[in-house]
Amino acid sequence: MDEHGSDVLGFLVASVGPHDAEDCFQETFIAALRAYPRVEHARNLRSWLLTIAHRKAIDHHRARGRRAVPAGSPEEVAGGKPSSNSRPDTIVGGGDPELWTAVSGLPPKQRSAVVLRFATDMSYAGIARALDCSEDAARRSVHEGLQKLRGEFA
Amino acid sequence: MNPMSEKKLEKLLRQAPSGGDLDRAVQGVIARAERDGLIDVAYATVDSPFGTLLVARTERGVVRLALPKHRGDQRSEEEVLEDLARFVSPRVLESPTRLDEERRQLDDYFEGKRDHFEVPVDWKLTPPGFRNRALHAVARIPYGETRTYGEIAQQAGNPRAFRAAGTACGRNPIPLIVPCHRVVQTGGGIGNYGGGPEMKWALLDLEGAI
Repeated sequence: MDEHGSDVLGFLVASVGPHDAEDCFQETFIAALRAYPRVEHARNLRSWLLTIAHRKAIDHHRARGRRAVPAGSPEEVAGGKPSSNSRPDTIVGGGDPELWTAVSGLPPKQRSAVVLRFATDMSYAGIARALDCSEDAARRSVHEGLQKLRGEFA
Repeated sequence: MNPMSEKKLEKLLRQAPSGGDLDRAVQGVIARAERDGLIDVAYATVDSPFGTLLVARTERGVVRLALPKHRGDQRSEEEVLEDLARFVSPRVLESPTRLDEERRQLDDYFEGKRDHFEVPVDWKLTPPGFRNRALHAVARIPYGETRTYGEIAQQAGNPRAFRAAGTACGRNPIPLIVPCHRVVQTGGGIGNYGGGPEMKWALLDLEGAI
């Protein structure tokens, strides 16, 4: 937790926002502690933790999608990207809130890939391990995510 | 609106949003791990007149006490925690409240207000056999008294194995509580000590043994 805590929290803040990040952080490490006795010398602890964090972020977005939606934001009902005024928390300091809203609207794999690549500054090999896919697929996810962001966010 | 350039977008993405309090998040995990019984080894640091000690316990009792590092070949705090993760359980978390009693008794001991420890011990890090018997003999040496390595060897069932008794003391995972500083050489020499010979002198002086 001392070694990888800030990476995991950074990833989650970028994925789900600062307030919910702490809840997801707790979920991530509790899940890791539960699984730990069964993990034989996790070869890459950081990737493994980020894999769990990635799944927790997906769970979080899914749960938020199911929650009651404030009137006037039909796009959330349709499962589209959340509008910025329906975000449950605002991002403080550093970075552009609208950009991160757009990031949170990306499909899960692209979102995590983009966040890991830029916010967590991870190599494609690391992203591939964390998202359990090939390096090519990781590269593709980052690229597709960037394309979408460029289109939507200008 | 024109799509922004890739460079600019990447630059913005690198300015990750801040927020989220790591300390608070970590504390949240520890509190919940404690509630859910997910901590196998709790540890805390304790200030002492000799430097910072690390004390760790399982649900059975104190499993490790690390003296301040005074030689290059000694385990650092990080290495001590790695050993615990490897040989006891990887679920090691810092949890000072779980060690309140141990910390209080250690404080009292260093202030000369306590002449024995009343905390259960987990012998998990000492393999069964001679070493284990030797350290049990060490644990019975009263405050303010000393024994020789030969006497400890005898009590452990092998009177000639005074060197092995020395090794057992040298690898004592729980110094102070298992008082290996009370074991000295036959000829009056003080012998080695994990915290350094000065610390051994000081402890025996504190206890009025010399």
